[in-house]
Amino acid sequence: MTQQEALFSYCLRRGDDNLILSHRLGEWCGHGPQLEEDIALTNRALDLIGQARNYLQYAGTVEGKQRSEDDLAYLRAERQFVNVKLVEMPNGDYAHTIARCFLYDAWHLPLQQALMNSADEQLAAIAAKAVKEITYQLKTSGDWMIRFGDGTEESHRRAQTALDELWSYTGELFATNEVEALLVKAGIVPEMAPIKAAFDATVNAVLAEATLKRPPDGFMMSGGRQGKHSEHLGFLLAEMQYLQRAYPGATW
Amino acid sequence: MTAELTREHIFSLLENVKDPEVPVISVRELGVLRDVEVSDDKVLVTITPTYTGCPALDMMREDILAELHKAGITNVEVKQTLSPAWTTDWISEEGKRKLKEYGIAPPEKTADIRALKGELPVVECPQCGSKETVMVSAFGSTACKALWKCKSCLEPFDQFKCL
Repeated sequence: MTQQEALFSYCLRRGDDNLILSHRLGEWCGHGPQLEEDIALTNRALDLIGQARNYLQYAGTVEGKQRSEDDLAYLRAERQFVNVKLVEMPNGDYAHTIARCFLYDAWHLPLQQALMNSADEQLAAIAAKAVKEITYQLKTSGDWMIRFGDGTEESHRRAQTALDELWSYTGELFATNEVEALLVKAGIVPEMAPIKAAFDATVNAVLAEATLKRPPDGFMMSGGRQGKHSEHLGFLLAEMQYLQRAYPGATW
Repeated sequence: MTAELTREHIFSLLENVKDPEVPVISVRELGVLRDVEVSDDKVLVTITPTYTGCPALDMMREDILAELHKAGITNVEVKQTLSPAWTTDWISEEGKRKLKEYGIAPPEKTADIRALKGELPVVECPQCGSKETVMVSAFGSTACKALWKCKSCLEPFDQFKCL
């Protein structure tokens, strides 16, 4: 694997994680538990789609085969997507959606903070921009976890259930392979150990205040980075890609 | 035509290009317009997004091209840059005043100690000036705003999030 191929794969991973989570959050549009939260989730989705665009544009540039961000988003098949399974899981109830956002943000922030020091100028620029947005997102998803956990018996139960269901999907966030190994050596991407430590610190602090229990680390899901997804991703892509598949090159 | 093609002239023309979401404030006052370079007969305009996903940026790019085309300047390139990342500190003082007049509470300085500690700022109601205000939602009608309400005049209002 060349450095160029590794960088392309890395950009796809970052782009796909953001793109798929953004789509899931967009599904809440018109269905939020209250108007303000409906707007909040689509705002979050907008930030994520912006970050996804930056990565997919750059992936296209690095690859050098004239593929645009839209080509990469709309014309790849399920097995070519390399997002983690965490982001493709269905939304569940509101506590489930917020718990997923919280776990994602708690990993995403330290990762992007570290990427600000990347030897690759474009990755550093994308990260410096994203960090500001993710800081705000983590603050609000953390606040909701505390409100749910330390709220009513019902909100506590739902938040704990969501955490228990999602926990086995967090391992994949920290998994690395030859792509990261090569790029870490070149100073382009950070080591994962400090990111994991920052994630643990955030999760432990917020869950303690929320009176929620951190689920034990047991079996962890994997496969997303290799394109082996759950059955849910195919349905998501069918909806997301329908228009470009049915009317190739359509614009408006 | 080349006599008119100066950096200052382009900047003054671009004063007419407003934020499509907040049409009282220009792209320069918002800090989105980063630079103008004129070389020979070509104009290079550099802009930066406020929020990564802000859909208004594409429209601002179109409006910049349209404004310059209207003045007969057609050899124009609009370049987008991410670095350094936009901050609300780049909104000019005049821009902040215009936001307030429009009914949007302007952002506090990022150097504000409360912003660093992640605490809520004291936000003045843009309608009545009261400091008795409360955040309703951390997100608002666009990516750059949060929703607040005033406990004195009871009116809801948008606040430009500090970034």
